[in-house]
Amino acid sequence: MSTAEKYVTGAYLVLLGSILVYVLIIALKVGRLEEELADVTRAAREKLGG
Amino acid sequence: MSTSLLSRHGRGPSPRFGPLFAAAALALLVGGFALAFYWAPEDADQGFSQKIFYLHVPIALTAYACFGWGAWKALRLLWTGERRYDLESYTAIHMGLIFGLLTLVTGSIWAKISWGQWWTWGERQLVLFLILFLFYSSYFMLRYSTDPGPRRERNSAVYALFGVVLIPVSFLAVRIAGTILHPTIFTHEGADLPWQMLVAFLVCLAGMLSLAATLYRVELTGKRIDASLRELRELLA
Repeated sequence: MSTAEKYVTGAYLVLLGSILVYVLIIALKVGRLEEELADVTRAAREKLGG
Repeated sequence: MSTSLLSRHGRGPSPRFGPLFAAAALALLVGGFALAFYWAPEDADQGFSQKIFYLHVPIALTAYACFGWGAWKALRLLWTGERRYDLESYTAIHMGLIFGLLTLVTGSIWAKISWGQWWTWGERQLVLFLILFLFYSSYFMLRYSTDPGPRRERNSAVYALFGVVLIPVSFLAVRIAGTILHPTIFTHEGADLPWQMLVAFLVCLAGMLSLAATLYRVELTGKRIDASLRELRELLA
Protein backbone atom coordinates (compact mmCIF):
# COMPACT_ATOMS: atom_id res chain seq x y z
CA MET A 1 0.00 0.00 0.00
CA SER A 2 1.46 3.37 -1.05
CA THR A 3 1.58 6.41 1.24
CA ALA A 4 -1.25 8.09 -0.72
CA GLU A 5 -3.41 4.98 -0.40
CA LYS A 6 -2.78 4.87 3.36
CA TYR A 7 -3.82 8.51 3.80
CA VAL A 8 -6.90 8.15 1.57
CA THR A 9 -7.98 5.03 3.49
CA GLY A 10 -7.41 6.95 6.73
CA ALA A 11 -9.62 9.83 5.56
CA TYR A 12 -12.50 7.48 4.65
CA LEU A 13 -12.07 5.64 7.94
CA VAL A 14 -12.43 8.98 9.76
CA LEU A 15 -15.94 9.31 8.30
CA LEU A 16 -16.83 5.69 9.12
CA GLY A 17 -15.44 6.03 12.66
CA SER A 18 -17.36 9.28 13.19
CA ILE A 19 -20.63 7.63 12.14
CA LEU A 20 -19.98 4.71 14.50
CA VAL A 21 -19.17 7.06 17.39
CA TYR A 22 -22.37 9.00 16.64
CA VAL A 23 -24.42 5.77 16.66
CA LEU A 24 -22.84 4.88 20.03
CA ILE A 25 -23.71 8.33 21.45
CA ILE A 26 -27.29 8.03 20.19
CA ALA A 27 -27.59 4.51 21.65
CA LEU A 28 -26.47 5.85 25.05
CA LYS A 29 -28.86 8.78 24.75
CA VAL A 30 -31.82 6.53 23.90
CA GLY A 31 -30.99 4.41 26.96
CA ARG A 32 -30.93 7.51 29.16
CA LEU A 33 -34.22 8.79 27.71
CA GLU A 34 -35.83 5.40 28.33
CA GLU A 35 -34.78 5.55 32.01
CA GLU A 36 -36.03 9.14 32.35
CA LEU A 37 -39.35 8.24 30.72
CA ALA A 38 -39.77 5.36 33.19
CA ASP A 39 -39.07 7.80 36.07
CA VAL A 40 -41.59 10.34 34.79
CA THR A 41 -44.22 7.62 34.23
CA ARG A 42 -43.65 6.37 37.80
CA ALA A 43 -43.95 9.92 39.16
CA ALA A 44 -47.15 10.52 37.16
CA ARG A 45 -48.68 7.27 38.46
CA GLU A 46 -47.83 8.19 42.05
CA LYS A 47 -49.28 11.67 41.62
CA LEU A 48 -52.47 10.43 39.99
CA GLY A 49 -52.73 7.56 42.48
CA GLY A 50 -52.76 4.97 39.70
CA MET B 1 -50.74 19.63 28.47
CA SER B 2 -49.58 17.68 25.42
CA THR B 3 -50.62 20.53 23.09
CA SER B 4 -48.48 22.96 25.08
CA LEU B 5 -45.45 20.67 24.89
CA LEU B 6 -45.85 20.11 21.18
CA SER B 7 -46.33 23.76 20.36
CA ARG B 8 -43.25 24.75 22.32
CA HIS B 9 -40.82 22.16 21.00
CA GLY B 10 -42.51 21.51 17.67
CA ARG B 11 -44.05 18.43 16.23
CA GLY B 12 -41.56 15.70 15.40
CA PRO B 13 -40.69 15.08 11.75
CA SER B 14 -42.82 12.48 10.00
CA PRO B 15 -41.39 9.08 10.99
CA ARG B 16 -42.02 7.76 7.48
CA PHE B 17 -39.23 9.90 6.01
CA GLY B 18 -36.57 8.98 8.60
CA PRO B 19 -35.77 5.49 7.22
CA LEU B 20 -36.09 6.89 3.69
CA PHE B 21 -33.34 9.46 4.30
CA ALA B 22 -31.16 6.84 6.01
CA ALA B 23 -31.60 4.38 3.12
CA ALA B 24 -30.87 7.12 0.57
CA ALA B 25 -27.73 8.13 2.50
CA LEU B 26 -26.46 4.56 2.61
CA ALA B 27 -27.20 3.82 -1.06
CA LEU B 28 -25.85 7.13 -2.36
CA LEU B 29 -22.69 7.10 -0.25
CA VAL B 30 -21.80 3.49 -1.04
CA GLY B 31 -22.67 4.06 -4.73
CA GLY B 32 -20.82 7.38 -4.85
CA PHE B 33 -17.65 6.01 -3.27
CA ALA B 34 -17.77 2.99 -5.59
CA LEU B 35 -18.05 5.34 -8.60
CA ALA B 36 -15.20 7.46 -7.25
CA PHE B 37 -12.83 4.52 -6.80
CA TYR B 38 -13.77 2.18 -9.64
CA TRP B 39 -15.27 4.38 -12.39
CA ALA B 40 -13.99 7.95 -12.18
CA PRO B 41 -10.55 8.37 -13.81
CA GLU B 42 -7.48 9.01 -11.69
CA ASP B 43 -6.39 12.65 -11.58
CA ALA B 44 -3.42 13.40 -13.82
CA ASP B 45 -1.74 15.73 -11.30
CA GLN B 46 -2.58 14.31 -7.89
CA GLY B 47 -3.04 10.64 -8.73
CA PHE B 48 -4.76 8.43 -6.16
CA SER B 49 -4.69 11.08 -3.41
CA GLN B 50 -7.32 13.07 -5.34
CA LYS B 51 -9.89 10.43 -4.24
CA ILE B 52 -10.22 12.39 -0.97
CA PHE B 53 -11.96 15.07 -3.08
CA TYR B 54 -15.13 12.88 -3.15
CA LEU B 55 -15.15 12.84 0.64
CA HIS B 56 -13.73 16.19 1.70
CA VAL B 57 -15.64 18.55 -0.62
CA PRO B 58 -19.12 17.01 -0.02
CA ILE B 59 -18.46 17.13 3.74
CA ALA B 60 -17.42 20.81 3.52
CA LEU B 61 -20.47 21.73 1.41
CA THR B 62 -22.71 19.82 3.83
CA ALA B 63 -21.23 21.81 6.74
CA TYR B 64 -22.07 25.04 4.88
CA ALA B 65 -25.60 23.71 4.19
CA CYS B 66 -26.12 22.88 7.89
CA PHE B 67 -24.96 26.33 9.00
CA GLY B 68 -27.18 27.89 6.33
CA TRP B 69 -30.14 25.79 7.49
CA GLY B 70 -29.45 26.83 11.08
CA ALA B 71 -29.42 30.48 10.03
CA TRP B 72 -32.68 30.05 8.09
CA LYS B 73 -34.35 28.54 11.16
CA ALA B 74 -32.92 31.38 13.27
CA LEU B 75 -34.42 33.90 10.86
CA ARG B 76 -37.78 32.09 11.09
CA LEU B 77 -37.59 32.32 14.89
CA LEU B 78 -36.94 36.06 14.80
CA TRP B 79 -39.60 36.55 12.11
CA THR B 80 -42.42 34.48 13.59
CA GLY B 81 -41.45 34.21 17.26
CA GLU B 82 -42.26 30.46 17.18
CA ARG B 83 -40.02 28.84 19.77
CA ARG B 84 -39.73 25.49 17.99
CA TYR B 85 -37.35 27.10 15.49
CA ASP B 86 -34.81 27.61 18.27
CA LEU B 87 -34.30 23.87 18.72
CA GLU B 88 -34.21 23.37 14.95
CA SER B 89 -31.59 26.09 14.48
CA TYR B 90 -29.51 24.75 17.38
CA THR B 91 -29.63 21.19 15.99
CA ALA B 92 -28.61 22.34 12.49
CA ILE B 93 -25.62 24.24 13.90
CA HIS B 94 -24.71 21.20 16.00
CA MET B 95 -24.69 19.12 12.80
CA GLY B 96 -22.73 21.84 10.98
CA LEU B 97 -20.02 21.66 13.64
CA ILE B 98 -19.72 17.89 13.31
CA PHE B 99 -19.34 18.19 9.53
CA GLY B 100 -17.06 21.21 10.01
CA LEU B 101 -14.73 19.17 12.21
CA LEU B 102 -14.73 16.38 9.63
CA THR B 103 -13.89 18.96 6.93
CA LEU B 104 -10.87 20.13 8.92
CA VAL B 105 -9.67 16.57 9.60
CA THR B 106 -10.10 15.25 6.03
CA GLY B 107 -8.69 18.52 4.63
CA SER B 108 -5.61 18.15 6.81
CA ILE B 109 -5.08 14.59 5.58
CA TRP B 110 -5.37 15.78 1.97
CA ALA B 111 -2.99 18.67 2.69
CA LYS B 112 -0.44 16.27 4.16
CA ILE B 113 -0.41 14.16 0.97
CA SER B 114 -0.53 17.06 -1.50
CA TRP B 115 1.45 19.80 0.24
CA GLY B 116 3.49 17.75 2.71
CA GLN B 117 2.07 19.56 5.75
CA TRP B 118 -1.05 19.12 7.87
CA TRP B 119 -1.93 22.81 7.88
CA THR B 120 -0.83 26.08 6.32
CA TRP B 121 -1.71 29.53 7.64
CA GLY B 122 -0.99 31.08 4.23
CA GLU B 123 -4.21 29.73 2.69
CA ARG B 124 -7.10 32.11 3.23
CA GLN B 125 -9.79 29.53 2.57
CA LEU B 126 -8.43 27.23 5.26
CA VAL B 127 -8.08 30.03 7.79
CA LEU B 128 -11.55 31.39 6.98
CA PHE B 129 -13.08 27.94 7.37
CA LEU B 130 -11.33 27.62 10.73
CA ILE B 131 -12.73 31.03 11.74
CA LEU B 132 -16.21 29.91 10.67
CA PHE B 133 -15.80 26.70 12.70
CA LEU B 134 -14.58 28.56 15.78
CA PHE B 135 -17.36 31.14 15.38
CA TYR B 136 -20.01 28.44 15.49
CA SER B 137 -18.19 26.66 18.33
CA SER B 138 -18.62 29.87 20.33
CA TYR B 139 -22.36 29.67 19.61
CA PHE B 140 -22.58 26.94 22.26
CA MET B 141 -20.70 29.05 24.82
CA LEU B 142 -23.08 31.95 24.18
CA ARG B 143 -26.12 29.68 24.30
CA TYR B 144 -25.24 28.06 27.61
CA SER B 145 -24.04 31.26 29.27
CA THR B 146 -27.64 32.49 29.54
CA ASP B 147 -30.66 30.87 31.17
CA PRO B 148 -33.16 29.03 28.97
CA GLY B 149 -35.94 31.25 27.68
CA PRO B 150 -36.88 33.74 24.98
CA ARG B 151 -33.79 35.92 25.60
CA ARG B 152 -31.41 33.02 25.03
CA GLU B 153 -33.37 31.95 21.94
CA ARG B 154 -33.22 35.45 20.42
CA ASN B 155 -29.50 35.91 21.20
CA SER B 156 -28.67 32.51 19.72
CA ALA B 157 -30.71 33.29 16.59
CA VAL B 158 -28.95 36.63 16.04
CA TYR B 159 -25.55 34.96 16.49
CA ALA B 160 -26.47 32.18 14.04
CA LEU B 161 -27.48 34.80 11.48
CA PHE B 162 -24.20 36.70 11.87
CA GLY B 163 -22.26 33.48 11.25
CA VAL B 164 -23.94 32.80 7.95
CA VAL B 165 -22.26 35.90 6.50
CA LEU B 166 -18.94 34.08 6.84
CA ILE B 167 -20.10 31.25 4.54
CA PRO B 168 -19.91 33.12 1.19
CA VAL B 169 -16.72 34.82 2.36
CA SER B 170 -15.17 31.43 3.16
CA PHE B 171 -16.47 29.91 -0.08
CA LEU B 172 -15.26 32.75 -2.29
CA ALA B 173 -12.00 33.39 -0.47
CA VAL B 174 -9.89 31.13 -2.64
CA ARG B 175 -11.36 32.67 -5.79
CA ILE B 176 -10.80 36.24 -4.60
CA ALA B 177 -7.33 35.51 -3.27
CA GLY B 178 -6.22 33.59 -6.36
CA THR B 179 -3.93 31.38 -4.30
CA ILE B 180 -1.91 28.56 -5.79
CA LEU B 181 -2.12 25.80 -3.19
CA HIS B 182 -5.81 25.15 -2.63
CA PRO B 183 -7.34 23.92 -5.89
CA THR B 184 -10.39 25.68 -7.37
CA ILE B 185 -12.60 23.17 -9.16
CA PHE B 186 -15.86 25.08 -9.45
CA THR B 187 -15.49 28.44 -11.16
CA HIS B 188 -18.00 30.78 -12.78
CA GLU B 189 -17.24 28.96 -16.06
CA GLY B 190 -18.42 25.63 -14.64
CA ALA B 191 -16.80 22.53 -13.17
CA ASP B 192 -13.18 22.08 -14.19
CA LEU B 193 -13.12 18.25 -14.11
CA PRO B 194 -14.09 15.29 -16.34
CA TRP B 195 -17.80 14.44 -16.38
CA GLN B 196 -17.25 11.02 -14.74
CA MET B 197 -15.59 12.77 -11.79
CA LEU B 198 -18.45 15.28 -11.67
CA VAL B 199 -21.10 12.51 -11.63
CA ALA B 200 -19.28 10.62 -8.85
CA PHE B 201 -18.88 13.87 -6.90
CA LEU B 202 -22.58 14.78 -7.23
CA VAL B 203 -23.66 11.31 -6.04
CA CYS B 204 -21.31 11.62 -3.03
CA LEU B 205 -22.66 15.11 -2.32
CA ALA B 206 -26.27 13.87 -2.44
CA GLY B 207 -25.30 11.01 -0.11
CA MET B 208 -23.59 13.34 2.36
CA LEU B 209 -26.60 15.70 2.38
CA SER B 210 -28.90 12.71 2.99
CA LEU B 211 -26.64 11.58 5.84
CA ALA B 212 -26.80 15.07 7.35
CA ALA B 213 -30.60 15.10 6.98
CA THR B 214 -30.81 11.70 8.72
CA LEU B 215 -28.57 12.78 11.60
CA TYR B 216 -30.44 16.09 11.88
CA ARG B 217 -33.77 14.29 12.24
CA VAL B 218 -32.42 11.81 14.80
CA GLU B 219 -30.76 14.58 16.81
CA LEU B 220 -33.80 16.85 16.64
CA THR B 221 -36.14 14.07 17.76
CA GLY B 222 -33.82 13.29 20.69
CA LYS B 223 -33.61 16.93 21.73
CA ARG B 224 -37.40 17.34 21.49
CA ILE B 225 -38.03 14.28 23.65
CA ASP B 226 -35.42 15.53 26.12
CA ALA B 227 -37.07 18.96 26.34
CA SER B 228 -40.57 17.51 26.67
CA LEU B 229 -39.44 15.13 29.43
CA ARG B 230 -37.81 18.00 31.32
CA GLU B 231 -41.04 19.97 31.08
CA LEU B 232 -43.15 17.00 32.17
CA ARG B 233 -40.89 16.52 35.21
CA GLU B 234 -41.33 20.18 36.14
CA LEU B 235 -45.12 19.86 35.80
CA LEU B 236 -45.15 16.78 38.01
CA ALA B 237 -42.87 18.28 40.70
